[in-house]
Amino acid sequence: MSGPNTEYDPVEVTPLKADEVESMRDDALAAVAAASDLEELKAARTAHAGDRSPLALANREIGALPPQARKDAGKRVGQARGAVSKALAERTLVLEAEHEQRILVDEAVDVTLTLDRRPRGARHPLRTVEERVADIFVAMGWEVAEGPEVEAEWLNFDALNLGPDHPARTMLDTFWLSPASAARVLRTHTSPVQARTLLDREPPVFVVCPGRVFRTDELDATHTPVFRQVEGLAVGPGLSMAHLKGTLDHFARELFGPGVVTRFRPSYFPFTEPSAEVDFLCPVCGGDEPALSTCRTCRGEAWIEWGGCGVVNPRVLVACGVDPERNSGFAFGMGLDRSLMLMSGVADIRTMVDGDARFPMPFGWEI
Amino acid sequence: MRVPVSWLREHVALPDSLGVDELADRLTMLDLKLEEVDRVGGDVTGPLVVGRVLSAEPEEHSNGKTVNWCRVDVGPEHNEDQPDGGEPSRGIVCGAHNFGPGDLVVVSLPGTVLPGGFAIAARKTYGHVSDGMICSTRELDLGDDHDGILVLAPGSAEPGDDVPTLLGLREDVLDLEVNPDRAYALSIRGVARDAALGFDAAFTDPADLPVPDAAGPSWGVTVEAPEACPVFVARTVTGLDPSRATPSWMSRRLQLAGMRPISLAVDVTNYVMLELGQPIHGYDRDHLQGGIVVRHAAEGEKLTTLDGQVRTLSAGDLLICDDSGPIGLAGVMGGEHTELGTSTTSVVVEAAHFAPAGIARTARRHRLPSEASKRFERGVDPALPRYAAQRVVDLLVELGGATAEPGETVVGTVPAMPGIELDPVLPAAVTGIAVKGEDAADALRAVGCQVEGSGTDGLLGVVPPTWRPDLTDPYDLVEEVLRVVGYDRVPSVLPTAPSGRGLTRTQRLRRLAGKALAGDGLVETMSFPFLGPADLDLLGLPADDERRRLVLLENPLSAQEPGLVSTLLPGLLHAAARNVSRGLEQVALYETSPVFLGGQDAVAPVYGVDRRPTPEEVAALDAALPAQPLHLGVVLAGEREPAGWWGPARPVSWADAVETVREVGRLVGVDVVARTGALAPWHPGRCAELLVDGVVVGHAGELHPRVCRAFDLPARSAAAEVDLDAILAAAPAGARPDPYSVFPVAKEDVALVVDASVAAVDVAAALQAGGGELLESVRLFDVYTGAPVPEGQKSLAFALRLRAPDRTLSDDEITASREAAVAEAVRVTGAVQRT
Ligand SMILES: [Zn+2]
Repeated sequence: MSGPNTEYDPVEVTPLKADEVESMRDDALAAVAAASDLEELKAARTAHAGDRSPLALANREIGALPPQARKDAGKRVGQARGAVSKALAERTLVLEAEHEQRILVDEAVDVTLTLDRRPRGARHPLRTVEERVADIFVAMGWEVAEGPEVEAEWLNFDALNLGPDHPARTMLDTFWLSPASAARVLRTHTSPVQARTLLDREPPVFVVCPGRVFRTDELDATHTPVFRQVEGLAVGPGLSMAHLKGTLDHFARELFGPGVVTRFRPSYFPFTEPSAEVDFLCPVCGGDEPALSTCRTCRGEAWIEWGGCGVVNPRVLVACGVDPERNSGFAFGMGLDRSLMLMSGVADIRTMVDGDARFPMPFGWEI
Repeated sequence: MRVPVSWLREHVALPDSLGVDELADRLTMLDLKLEEVDRVGGDVTGPLVVGRVLSAEPEEHSNGKTVNWCRVDVGPEHNEDQPDGGEPSRGIVCGAHNFGPGDLVVVSLPGTVLPGGFAIAARKTYGHVSDGMICSTRELDLGDDHDGILVLAPGSAEPGDDVPTLLGLREDVLDLEVNPDRAYALSIRGVARDAALGFDAAFTDPADLPVPDAAGPSWGVTVEAPEACPVFVARTVTGLDPSRATPSWMSRRLQLAGMRPISLAVDVTNYVMLELGQPIHGYDRDHLQGGIVVRHAAEGEKLTTLDGQVRTLSAGDLLICDDSGPIGLAGVMGGEHTELGTSTTSVVVEAAHFAPAGIARTARRHRLPSEASKRFERGVDPALPRYAAQRVVDLLVELGGATAEPGETVVGTVPAMPGIELDPVLPAAVTGIAVKGEDAADALRAVGCQVEGSGTDGLLGVVPPTWRPDLTDPYDLVEEVLRVVGYDRVPSVLPTAPSGRGLTRTQRLRRLAGKALAGDGLVETMSFPFLGPADLDLLGLPADDERRRLVLLENPLSAQEPGLVSTLLPGLLHAAARNVSRGLEQVALYETSPVFLGGQDAVAPVYGVDRRPTPEEVAALDAALPAQPLHLGVVLAGEREPAGWWGPARPVSWADAVETVREVGRLVGVDVVARTGALAPWHPGRCAELLVDGVVVGHAGELHPRVCRAFDLPARSAAAEVDLDAILAAAPAGARPDPYSVFPVAKEDVALVVDASVAAVDVAAALQAGGGELLESVRLFDVYTGAPVPEGQKSLAFALRLRAPDRTLSDDEITASREAAVAEAVRVTGAVQRT
């Protein structure tokens, strides 16, 4: 590099002549524009904007000019280098985009290739129905109570006003543990959970009890010795059958749809008095002809049996230590298997229990 | 209860226009629920008419059979003129011989359809064209008698009369489901009473009949157990003509009601039971030895009942006895010796009232649910016996030609019905319907109660009618009021529950476990909880395995499965095999259900119900129950991942079973640790024992090859079974995590050669222990056997991550920690570091 030389005539320094600088700049711009890929652009950058490029060399000569000439030459060279740098940046963007575009095209795959690589699981719809029912009641402030499946005779029967000689006992076809004198049964309903709840806490009590129950029925299309039901119990001051109706109406609408119509029909259960069956009007045919007589959902009956219910018999309250003078209550129970069949059109109960993995699949994880 | 509608209409003045469906609907809304309307004879059509036999010519045929070629007058509408100038008639071939010219018979002419859809046409037979058929009782569905054709009583009909109308072949029968509290509805009388209530129609009580003043007792009766038998009425008839048949209207009604006609005397007792609801027993007086005694049995006494069975009696059984000993199980079944037979001419009629509880116990003990016991155990009207006995006597006199003896034995008196005090506001409070007190009183009167009080102020004094022993407390009365007022009037009011706590933590974790398993590609199944030794043998459980100690059922559905599941695996393995046999290549199933652990043989106490049991008493109930932990069972068979463009299928391995359980644990925050285990039904070298906090919670691994074969599962199927309750109980609540380090991590790999029998988990634990606090984690990333690793040894490669909470580690710290970790592994497991 040359040192400053005040005696030096700028006009005599060839590389800093205006036309020379322009020529260098034009060569550079032409080389940048001519670069067809990033490799060529890199070479053009080295040749025209690198440390040893003509413009860089010219820039170094500026310091050797007399002060009066430096400003002019500096401006000229600076502008030229700026133009080259800008062109390089612009060309880089263009070429990078082209490059990426090419790679992405090269990497294209057939996205229709099957992707069922991870095995698919499913929860049993009886489980999800059970949870759905629990959620409906939990949303109203109720709680979910549980109890054992092998139950003491006293809790399954006596405490529920089903004394040893009660004719309804023989109607509930009961599995007894051996020996029968040990007074232990497979619970025939989830009602003992209600009794346990009353023994366990003070009113007001609002609980639902979903669970598996057992009756000595042979398995066929509509009967099963093992099924699931949900029972509900509300005990507190001033509860009446109207509250039962309101609760079941809400429950039915949440489960089966907003238009569902229910009705009470007289019935008998030892643990409730008055007792009722709750039916709902067939949502498929609406109970109206001509669809009614050929309806497969209600089998032409218009009303579909859903479950049993009633006002808690004061004797049950007494056996569980609740003062029937200060409290009243209502209870209900319905089969979850049956509810699921009504919701989904499953016609044969056996398909729900034979363990075929294809059965739960269409239901998803929530119902 | 099967109720022929024409019989019902005899006692309640229902409008003629009332259809059977409307009748059934109304009864259903009065708590007499229709099971079905049996339209008996609904399929009978065509010319089924009465015929008079004009001539019957026996013709012997080459097959040795003699048939009658008959001319039968079937009335002007159906007769055909005879070319030979004979009486207009039809010609019919008949193989029976129990009739002759002049008899009235039933003729099914061509075009008739008989019960069961049996279509009649003219046909050529035995050289004649037979214009239909002369019918037997069985062909008309009137009974089982096929020996001959049905001959109608002389003068009872005219040729050409419509037989379905004449014999009641078409009848709608209501099959009603009678709830245990409505014993009165196990009779035409009771159903008619409710039908009258439902349609505001006049009711004619069939028990309202005159009982003449008695001239002394009829038969000696001593009741030694008046609580069990408060009323006993005996009447006697003599001179019964044993040749008299039951009239067709009566046998038809019995048959429609579901009972088999037997003989006139027996049929009359059954008829009166159906009509009034009072079970009747008739004794052949000639076989009675001395007076009747009603007493409880001595333990071990014997009685041969009507069905021919010798019964060994218990002290609780109530007996009817004579001088010879027991002659009947009171209210349940009579004895063989005094049974009414084909030669009986004198009958002692018993109409008694027996207390429900004893009858129920006896019927249950001897497995003898009879028509009588069914009524007594629900409660029969105690005021009925005298009237029912009178009805039987009247019918035997009228139909059997018998003579009523003037005496009547009545032991005991009809117990008074206990009164009930009813707060007149209770019906409104319980039902939510604004029922006024006076309306409640009217409703109770309508169902037969005597009601004192206006209902506007003060309590109502209510005495239920004798046929309603089920009405014992105010709530029972409320139900009657509601029945009359109408269940459809109950308003719908949603109650406000107090703010709840939502699901419990365990409930939430259980849901999460289910979702974790489904998310892991497993499908939930629900098996029955029954198990037997055959499946335990298939699992290869040794004789002393505690899972062989089943909780046994007294009355299992199948003798092959006498107990409750002690393990979920048999049900899952069978389900998996079913899926495999149906062509599924990837089978991954799980079940969460309780298992029942045997060995708990305590007796559960049975308490009274007049008070709450004490906490100690409730605890005693629980203590008598077997342990019922919630288990998770898993079975994996075939492929865990299918083949695809990404590569070959990945078959199920032992590790998938272990991983499935560990994954559930991870999702609920529980570290499930695997150790070398050995338990059937797993492969002895591929069984992991799973632990939580050092306690074994279950096992997982590859199934024993023999077990795979026994259950028809693919080789190398895997399974797991764990105590889910135990895993969820260990889930940490309210975790308080340590602050995590933001300083750089140092990664170091070490390879250790150990004996093949050393568990990798032990080596990892030793590394962790030796590495100290700086060693953040240890992960096994490779296992290698083969040269240069010596025979019988394996090389385990671990990735160590080291980090300090407060600084970047220096190279010296990293080296020191790694070397300490390796040194501890060497010390504990005999490992040699590979370099
Ligand atoms: Zn329908």
